[in-house]
Amino acid sequence: MTQLFLEQALNGLQFGLMLFLLAAGLTLVFGIMDCINLAHGSLYMVGAYFVAAAAQAADSFWIGLGAGVAGAAVLGLLLELTLFRQLYRRDHLSQVLATFALILIANETVRLIWGPAPLMLNPPEALSGPVEIAGFFYPAYRLVIIAFGLAVAGLLYLLVAKSRVGMWVRAGASNREMTEALGINVRGLFTAVFVFGAALCALAGGLLGPLLAVQVGMGESVLILAFVVIIIGGIGSIRGALVGALIVGTVDTLGRALLPTLLRALLPADAAATLGPALASILIYLLMAAILFFKPQGLFPARA
Amino acid sequence: MAFYRPARWQKPFAFTVLCALLALPGLMEIFDQSYYIGFATRVLIFALAASSLNLVLGFGGMVSLGHAAFFGIGAYVAAICQQGGIVEGLLAFPLAMGVAGLFALLVGALSLRTRGVYFIMITLAFAQMVYYLFISARAWGGDDGLPLSERMQFAGLSLTDDKVLFYVALGLLTAIMLLLGRLADARFGRTIQAIRENETRMEALGYPVFRYRLVCFALGGAIAGLAGALLANLTGLASPALLQWTQSGTLLVMVIIGGVGYLYGGVVGALVLLLLEEFLLGFFAHWHIVLGLLLIGIVLFAPKGVAALFDKHRSQP
Amino acid sequence: MTAATNSAKNAPLLDVRGLSRRFAAVDALRDVNFSVEAGEVHALIGPNGAGKTTFIHHVSGALQADSGSIHFAGHDVTKLSMHRRVGAGMARSYQITNVFLGLSALDNVALAVQGRPDAGSSFRFWRPVRTEHALFDAAAGYLEQVGLRDKQQSIAGNLSHGEQRALELAMALATQPKMLLLDEPMAGTGPEESARMVELIEHLARHVTILLVEHDMDAVFRLADRISVLVNGQLICTGTPDAVKNDAGVRRAYLGDHL
Repeated sequence: MTQLFLEQALNGLQFGLMLFLLAAGLTLVFGIMDCINLAHGSLYMVGAYFVAAAAQAADSFWIGLGAGVAGAAVLGLLLELTLFRQLYRRDHLSQVLATFALILIANETVRLIWGPAPLMLNPPEALSGPVEIAGFFYPAYRLVIIAFGLAVAGLLYLLVAKSRVGMWVRAGASNREMTEALGINVRGLFTAVFVFGAALCALAGGLLGPLLAVQVGMGESVLILAFVVIIIGGIGSIRGALVGALIVGTVDTLGRALLPTLLRALLPADAAATLGPALASILIYLLMAAILFFKPQGLFPARA
Repeated sequence: MAFYRPARWQKPFAFTVLCALLALPGLMEIFDQSYYIGFATRVLIFALAASSLNLVLGFGGMVSLGHAAFFGIGAYVAAICQQGGIVEGLLAFPLAMGVAGLFALLVGALSLRTRGVYFIMITLAFAQMVYYLFISARAWGGDDGLPLSERMQFAGLSLTDDKVLFYVALGLLTAIMLLLGRLADARFGRTIQAIRENETRMEALGYPVFRYRLVCFALGGAIAGLAGALLANLTGLASPALLQWTQSGTLLVMVIIGGVGYLYGGVVGALVLLLLEEFLLGFFAHWHIVLGLLLIGIVLFAPKGVAALFDKHRSQP
Repeated sequence: MTAATNSAKNAPLLDVRGLSRRFAAVDALRDVNFSVEAGEVHALIGPNGAGKTTFIHHVSGALQADSGSIHFAGHDVTKLSMHRRVGAGMARSYQITNVFLGLSALDNVALAVQGRPDAGSSFRFWRPVRTEHALFDAAAGYLEQVGLRDKQQSIAGNLSHGEQRALELAMALATQPKMLLLDEPMAGTGPEESARMVELIEHLARHVTILLVEHDMDAVFRLADRISVLVNGQLICTGTPDAVKNDAGVRRAYLGDHL
């Protein structure tokens, strides 16, 4: 039981960190630009496809990852310059419509290019086996993902909390007009944040590729999880995104793994069998509802 | 966005269309195109669903991205009723509306305390919760959805006959459009439209803004539930795909194409989008690319239709 | 005064005690004690940035104070939301004109009448508003009071600035307030319109208590029974216009700006 728990806790941490990569860029776009981007999940999907395609072509996971992330960043740049720049000043309904349209286009284009079947992406050979930690075996590749996630989280923290650019970003999230009044190049800042967010998306998509199938529609479910993370954490807050992502990642993973067992101990077997998976799958949404009830602005609201 | 006021030609025009629709099934049979009776019924049902969203979005000014949840819940309630032996629509349809409306009341009570981007995300998340709930509930068919072994009755008439289902859908849509038209012009409609235009001002006039918004949101949910119950009868299945958030997006697209805040916006949008789908899908399997480009074009080059809604006179502190 | 009959004898209509509010590190309001007697016109003045608008937001319920209490007509309204305070008899007009530009003047005021508790619920889904003659008859009366009788059917967006301000007053009146909170009613109006607005407020003051926030000192000294001066979030002086005119602290605060 403890072993299962430890393993699932590590899985939860890994999942949470990947969610953080997605939510970090998204929360800044929402917070600073007051712009809703439904197509963030599509960047994740397209990023994963880029990584998978590049990895196949180069026959190396790492080269594929680098190339895929770079490709997604370029795509993000193009999107920002052509479309999003027009959207920032529009009402939310226009943003919803335009980014929903982007999802339709992205899904169909991917289907057109790569076909409806999922792409396979293999983890690097050296990392494909398990390693022993504290008496049980855990896949080495998952540990690498955790390391990546922690490294990016640390980097982001330093960037946002300590650097000058980070100060602008924080200022932008809490008061846009003031930031503009201070003469900061808000346009450039927006572009940089958007491109950075796109790159993080592709990184998450590429890293998760070997664990999940790289397929059409993979972006949407994860997008909504990223939304839940942001709702819990508070719009525009990197710290909120990290805390929210870890909460969602661990609660979801542990819930799915342990809740059915737990319910079996409390309820008759057939009731537990029906209730368990259903309850586990909506656990994080119930959590979100509870947090909303007490803190409508999320745990760490960026705007006072 | 102006306040709704019915154009003078609107009533006679709607009446003419209604008469034409009454004759439609007969004509289809004469020309041996009975397939299109089913298609027309589908349009009517989506017109109902899109109109319910138009009430929330167009009149109430709430950008809800979770409307499919109420639509889907209606479908599931109908399927559960049918399996449980309640086959009379006069009983099952109000029940579907009630359950969907109650859930909308709950979601609204939590999400309407927030604004803007937050509100959009929260409605979306709650809809996704419903989706996961249904696909993981084995008792309700899980991934496969919950089938209806046969169509229900309505006032004793079996809906198994496509024509009867068509007329029932047409009758219910007409009744709801009549209600929405009256409502938009009555005190309630005035109130929610004024709140859409300037929330703070209404608060300063003594209106309990939250309560009106909530009732509008729940009413929209209930009507979507009715549409869902009808759709389950048409397709014979309460499918989890109905609950998917892309379905919410589709309804939103319908409303926007048809005209946000126009009484018949949802009806027109449903007709246009389903026709496009029906005919473009035959030529080009990847027609979503065309649709996507079209929508982006609307946003970029015809923003008035979309943007005029919320741009002016936003609430100020 | 009828407005005072509900509250205890001699208690002021509006009584603000120890109101404080901080924004980030800034004291926007510091321990403000302020009262409005039933029947008077009480003006609140102060240099730009003194916290007048913040104070009005607290009184009307748009913002909540960190500490302090607000009593209105004998009730503790400190925690009440804005629409509840309107129900208790407080109405406000805005610095920036805040009417429904797409509706006619009459529709605007009818909407205000409709929001009144005695006008019945607005959860009516069937009867067209335009057939509810009681609403529109009442609304026409308020438009007449502010001198807009001839403009009933004009779309609010087409009215002149001064007319829009008058329309806003009519909407505030239509809520049947015990007290009107007027936030810079003269802002942006020309001299002619200003004069008309002063007359209008003088006329209204006979029926309703008024809390007036205004920069136009001529108007303030002509209209006010009492004046309070807010500087840097603190109330430095309250008194009759003459007393305030001669107060050394006030003179210092304004540096001869207006006085």
